[in-house]
Amino acid sequence: MTSTANPPSPRASRAHTQRHHRRGWLFVAPFAVVFALTFLAPLVYAFGLSLFRDQAFFGGTVFVGLGNYTQALGDAKFWEAFLRVLLFLAVQVPIMLLLALVAAFAIDSARLHAAGFFRIVIFLPYAVPGVVAVLMWGFIYGDHFGLAADLNHLLGRDVVEPLSGNWALTSIGNIVTWEFVGYNMLIFYSALKVVPPDQIEAAAIDGAGALRTIVSVKLPAVRGAIVVATIFSIIGSFQLFNEPNILRVLVPNVITTNYTPNMYAYYLSFSGQQYNYSATVAIVMGVITAVIAYAVQLRGKRKEM
Amino acid sequence: MSLYLLYTLIPLVWLVISATKTQPDLLSTPGLSFGGVFALFDNIRQTFTYDNGVFLRWLGNTLLYVVVGAGGATILATAAGYGLAKYRFRGRQAVFAVVLGAIAVPATALAVPTFLLFSRLGLTDTPLAVIIPSLISPFGLYLIWVYATDAIPDEMMEAARIDGAGEIRIFLAVTLRQLVPGIVTVALFAVVSTWNNYFLPLIMLSDPNWFPLTVGLNQWSAQAIGAGAQPIYHLVITGSLLTIIPLVIAFLFLQRFWQSGLTAGSVKQ
Repeated sequence: MTSTANPPSPRASRAHTQRHHRRGWLFVAPFAVVFALTFLAPLVYAFGLSLFRDQAFFGGTVFVGLGNYTQALGDAKFWEAFLRVLLFLAVQVPIMLLLALVAAFAIDSARLHAAGFFRIVIFLPYAVPGVVAVLMWGFIYGDHFGLAADLNHLLGRDVVEPLSGNWALTSIGNIVTWEFVGYNMLIFYSALKVVPPDQIEAAAIDGAGALRTIVSVKLPAVRGAIVVATIFSIIGSFQLFNEPNILRVLVPNVITTNYTPNMYAYYLSFSGQQYNYSATVAIVMGVITAVIAYAVQLRGKRKEM
Repeated sequence: MSLYLLYTLIPLVWLVISATKTQPDLLSTPGLSFGGVFALFDNIRQTFTYDNGVFLRWLGNTLLYVVVGAGGATILATAAGYGLAKYRFRGRQAVFAVVLGAIAVPATALAVPTFLLFSRLGLTDTPLAVIIPSLISPFGLYLIWVYATDAIPDEMMEAARIDGAGEIRIFLAVTLRQLVPGIVTVALFAVVSTWNNYFLPLIMLSDPNWFPLTVGLNQWSAQAIGAGAQPIYHLVITGSLLTIIPLVIAFLFLQRFWQSGLTAGSVKQ
């Protein structure tokens, strides 16, 4: 039946063009409709909200133009939260991605025994719900019956205090690293699998050692994947919420309601009833995130050339 | 490498061991050793019966959100990704640009405005408030788009057209089969993100009867702290273990499928 098919003539494909317009949209339309409702509408709505301000005493809202935005730019609580996630981003993301890269190279080099087993075990934490991961680490960090308590008991005094003011951010970084190294490793690993084996062979024939092969053959191959993983990690850092918010229950004095920008927006809305200002904070963070993600993408592209 | 393996596994081992302990043993024995009594089965029974079996209700809710939300997300992403890959139509570039842009917009930045909008529409505190936003997976669409471009030859679709098949029929009877590894990958990741979703249901729902497992477990945990609290750590721990197991099993069983789907997806990068 299919053997009778010839390559379509130009005329036939022109006839199909019209049909393509209609049929193409037929497949895309359901997604587009729900997308508009869940992405575009809230975006527009949030922007609308951010232009107004609640009149606490008189009731109703007044139009303030960009007033909420100037307030956000001068808001010490917002900047404190922002600088905290920036610090988090600068330290945690490189560590996590480097670990993931090393793991991917190690598994790909096939010199490792039971590479499949390693791959699935390292990936395993990704299948653990974030909430469960935080509850679990919260117990482990805790001084009631966690491993930190066991260690302190062993040492005879409180040496390890993961949830104290100085260590809380590091402890959160540890949870996020634990959760996502495997996921990033998988992104890198699938990019590595695409490297043609003859390229690696050629490198070996040219006398390249394992390290040399990684630097000149494999690393360029995963550059695109590194850019993608970096962008996802930047987005993740800027929207940090679950981990600090769940740990907050244990140490409300250390982890404040404006610990991250996202927590700030959340508490403005749900404890402070400041919906307009909360929408403004969300938009400011969204814009900053999108700009930085875009810049990383551009830099990644330029390097490829 | 082995050191990293330990780091990955120790918290999970701790969780499994802790789930076998009674509440007093949890507090009195070291984390990585077993307690005096092997209480795993008793803990499981208590988890399911505590507070009139609300855990079972949460499990049912989670399943509902996963089946409808992740299932719908997979269907929408598959159809749209396929449409974008195999048809040239006006507005195609625009759709693609907007969807890729959406990946960069933090989902949580949208959550509060989405809550306000949904509350206007009277959707908050209903299952729909969790399900509707779960229906969209921009990353899933991207994956299927790349996958379909690779896996489905135009000649195959032309041949079916010459045989007189309509476009929908071509999609369902001819091309869908080629997309299976891509679809399994998208479905699995949609299931994980819906099963693990916490922030969205947290803000959308206030009635515990609609909570998924994640929000419910955290409520149990928070309930253990504060004056006059009744700690139920052993139930939080056992419930956590029960929440993880289905996903781990799904990943292990579908391993070959989703990993080949991911690899194909990265060819085009």
